[in-house]
Amino acid sequence: MLAKRIVPCLDVKDGKVVKGVQFRNHEIVGDIVPLAARYAEEGADELVFYDISASARDAVVDKSWVSRIAERIDIPFCVAGGIKTAAQAREILAFGADKISINSPALTDPSLIRRLHDEFGRQCVVVGIDSFFDAQSGDYTVKQFTGDEAATRSTRWHTLDWVEEVQRQGCGEIVLNVMNQDGVRQGYDLTQLSKVRAVCDVPLIASGGAGTMAHFAEVFSEARVDAALAASVFHKGIINIGELKQFLASQGIAVRLTE
Amino acid sequence: MADEIQTPADVVIIDTGCANLSSVRFAFERLGARVEISLDEATLRAAPRLVLPGVGTAAAAMASLKARGLDKLIPTFTQPVLGVCLGMQLLMTSSKERGAENTDIPCLGIIPGEIRELRSNGLPLPHMGWNRLNTSAHPLFNGLSTADWVYFVHSFCAPESSYTIASCEYGEAFSAAVARGNFMGVQFHPEKSAAAGAKILKNFLGLTLADLPKCALQQGSVEPV
Repeated sequence: MLAKRIVPCLDVKDGKVVKGVQFRNHEIVGDIVPLAARYAEEGADELVFYDISASARDAVVDKSWVSRIAERIDIPFCVAGGIKTAAQAREILAFGADKISINSPALTDPSLIRRLHDEFGRQCVVVGIDSFFDAQSGDYTVKQFTGDEAATRSTRWHTLDWVEEVQRQGCGEIVLNVMNQDGVRQGYDLTQLSKVRAVCDVPLIASGGAGTMAHFAEVFSEARVDAALAASVFHKGIINIGELKQFLASQGIAVRLTE
Repeated sequence: MADEIQTPADVVIIDTGCANLSSVRFAFERLGARVEISLDEATLRAAPRLVLPGVGTAAAAMASLKARGLDKLIPTFTQPVLGVCLGMQLLMTSSKERGAENTDIPCLGIIPGEIRELRSNGLPLPHMGWNRLNTSAHPLFNGLSTADWVYFVHSFCAPESSYTIASCEYGEAFSAAVARGNFMGVQFHPEKSAAAGAKILKNFLGLTLADLPKCALQQGSVEPV
């Protein structure tokens, strides 16, 4: 049986790991490689590195840190942020990343997903979606350029339509980040994730809202996601990954337990 | 001054021209192995053991092997050869992962069998993440147990056959590893499979032809398809 994955997300800005609340007020939480290695040793199943400044600033970012991670850690990892071309993706994969994740550039040009799929294969191509719940209209819509609050803007896409479109274009995995929940640790948006799950035939990673171990258990059992991503609960030491996996196993959820 | 001594590599990774050879290199280096990446026939022939990596599609990878003459060369190797992920699939007879082609892709034809889509029975595809193995007594899996997890990412698979040396279950049972003589292939990524993967790579580094099961190929007995 395939294990449910626990995925710490390390938001990277100017070469450091940072975390903000609802995408604001980023604070430095540590160096990339030691933090990545620590999570791998604690039992993380995969790591995601989001270079959060890159897309919004339209910057070309030094990605040599990818190689330092690949040398050191022995679990898969994904790199996101500022990847707009197949050439940029090729460089990151050559440095040793297992997957690349695109978000804002896919909204600007959805065919980028298809081009990445054709060159690197579906399994390398992850699409990140920043979904916002508008309580007034009751709609879930997709936001773009969320790495920088001033640059963040709405798109024409309803979240479920975009989830279907990115699959048509050939993505191999979807990370759904519920912006309203990000960094506030009130639990994953099970309603929205369940709706997305129903139209998502590729692996689905839940992101945004993890605060307690019970939140992880419920997102696996109720929203049936394949993986759960979190940042602040791990960075702040609120939840230990090894203990989390023991807890999930005790709840009957298939997880990879390590020594 | 003594002559400069060229340290021989413990393992040579076949430079297939596909992206991402570095993960496999780093994994062997973490085990203290000397690793070389090469396309040179003499270097490949002299290597004590070889790795055939692969990412992307079968169509693109076979085209790349052909462009480098590797499609003729690889089947003639007599030392232990380990195919990883797509590299395993390339060892087989053919693949239905056609890419832009209209017909099935002929592969290296070293291990009989056809690569086809994984029948996941409604589960998400690709099969992505950590899963468990049912291993045989093959020396590649010395010290592994059914409690160990390894990392998979794939949508196509080799069905189970008499060449299966480990199987896995995702909607259906399929070959997690195959072997014929000195050629072995693993569908999962040992280089990304934490301690369990390291154990498998370490087993591979310790393998000699004498360790391989008696069904070993006779030298040169395999004709490329």
